[in-house]
Amino acid sequence: MIHCVLHDPRDSVAVVVVEGVTAGQKLTGLILDENRTIELDCRQDIPLGHKVALQDMAVGDTVVKYGVDIGKVVQPIKKGAHAHVHNIKTKRW
Amino acid sequence: MHETFWGYRRENGRVGVRNHVVILPVDDLSNAACEAVANNIKGTLAIPHPYGRLQFGADLDLHFRTLIGAGSNPNVAAVVVIGIEDGWTKKIVDAIAKTGKPVTGFGIELHGDHDTILRASKAAKEYLQWATEKHRVECALSDLWVSTKCGESDTTSGCGANPTVGDAFDKLYDAGCTLVFGETSEITGGESIVAARCRNDTVRAEFMRVFDRYQEVINRHKTSDLSDSQPTKGNIAGGLTTIEEKALGNIQKIGKKCIVDGVLDKAEVPSGPGLWFMDSSSAAAEMVTLCAASGYVVHFFPTGQGNVIGNAILPVIKICANPRTVRTMSEHVDVDTSGLLQREITMSDAGDKLIDMMFRTANGRFTAAEALGHREFVLTRLYESA
Repeated sequence: MIHCVLHDPRDSVAVVVVEGVTAGQKLTGLILDENRTIELDCRQDIPLGHKVALQDMAVGDTVVKYGVDIGKVVQPIKKGAHAHVHNIKTKRW
Repeated sequence: MHETFWGYRRENGRVGVRNHVVILPVDDLSNAACEAVANNIKGTLAIPHPYGRLQFGADLDLHFRTLIGAGSNPNVAAVVVIGIEDGWTKKIVDAIAKTGKPVTGFGIELHGDHDTILRASKAAKEYLQWATEKHRVECALSDLWVSTKCGESDTTSGCGANPTVGDAFDKLYDAGCTLVFGETSEITGGESIVAARCRNDTVRAEFMRVFDRYQEVINRHKTSDLSDSQPTKGNIAGGLTTIEEKALGNIQKIGKKCIVDGVLDKAEVPSGPGLWFMDSSSAAAEMVTLCAASGYVVHFFPTGQGNVIGNAILPVIKICANPRTVRTMSEHVDVDTSGLLQREITMSDAGDKLIDMMFRTANGRFTAAEALGHREFVLTRLYESA
């Protein structure tokens, strides 16, 4: 089963695509652009559609998805943690 | 892929996939009479809306362009126009008449609702009986005009539903179809990608002009994340975090190959085939209404969290890749591409599945939104009335 997907191998976050992902679970991630999988340990419960961090990130780091800048880190994020509006913000507006 | 579909060829050569007789109000005051006529004459369609009084300048021009475009759309066989007075009513009738289709108008003043409804109902009955004798004819795929706009997006939109539209758009572009996307605010973060896909420097400069113009509007009125409007509350609940992330998902709808051939103003009719960018709101019903006014006859609407939108004139085909939405809101989903996220189908399979549903819809199959009675028709306003 694929638990999460990312678009580009450079992405620092992946999208959870199944319901019921929980802390401690081992996740299989699909890299859509390359059709190969990666493994990672999930640190938190993450709802369907929400993102899991693929690496440790510090405040001010750029978050990459689709191989492109989608915003900045505003609270430290550990690999395998839930990445969303509580720790990422737009660089615009 | 099929090369033909069965459509209604109109007097001006354009091809529609529906055969509506529309009862069109010029203004808010005429909605009641229009709805009474549609109630009298079964099979006709009133499209009420809340505007049309005390507008002026570019905002009034857009009002007229949208109503005239909706009446002129080839999905419409004939039109009865009703307005509070004769002048603006005649302006809309005369413009729709240029398509060659039957159209007539009624002003309410000096007659009242009763007499207007009586006379308009007689005209509507004649039009309906005339229209229902029209037959579908075999038409080339290149006669099909297809629009797209996504809504209630989430992260599965960018991974599944939107790239499904993109794959289909790449194929329809090669087939010579006339295509459009838009949502000016929702390109934010992906504007350089769209700019790089423009046909030439002239198109690129026009795209950046309309993009920058709306950024200026945002900067003048902005609050944090546009007051939960970009991304919306629903987007955030679905896992989308920033406007850039939403925009990059959004522009998956233009595929990997097709070129942006030109830029349209709101409700402007494109001058030829290819992919057009329409400067437009990202609000679903507003954007789809503008597509109808520009002459598009089928709409692709990818959704993640489950937008339920339809349109009075355009059949709206819903595409969804979120397995929970497909399970909990199945009555709204026309094309389920959730298998993409488990590698059960390829992106090209998903695009083909959508194109197959496009042909079935063009040939007459009702979309989920049509079956459920969604007839949204929402006019875009540029500024407050006088």
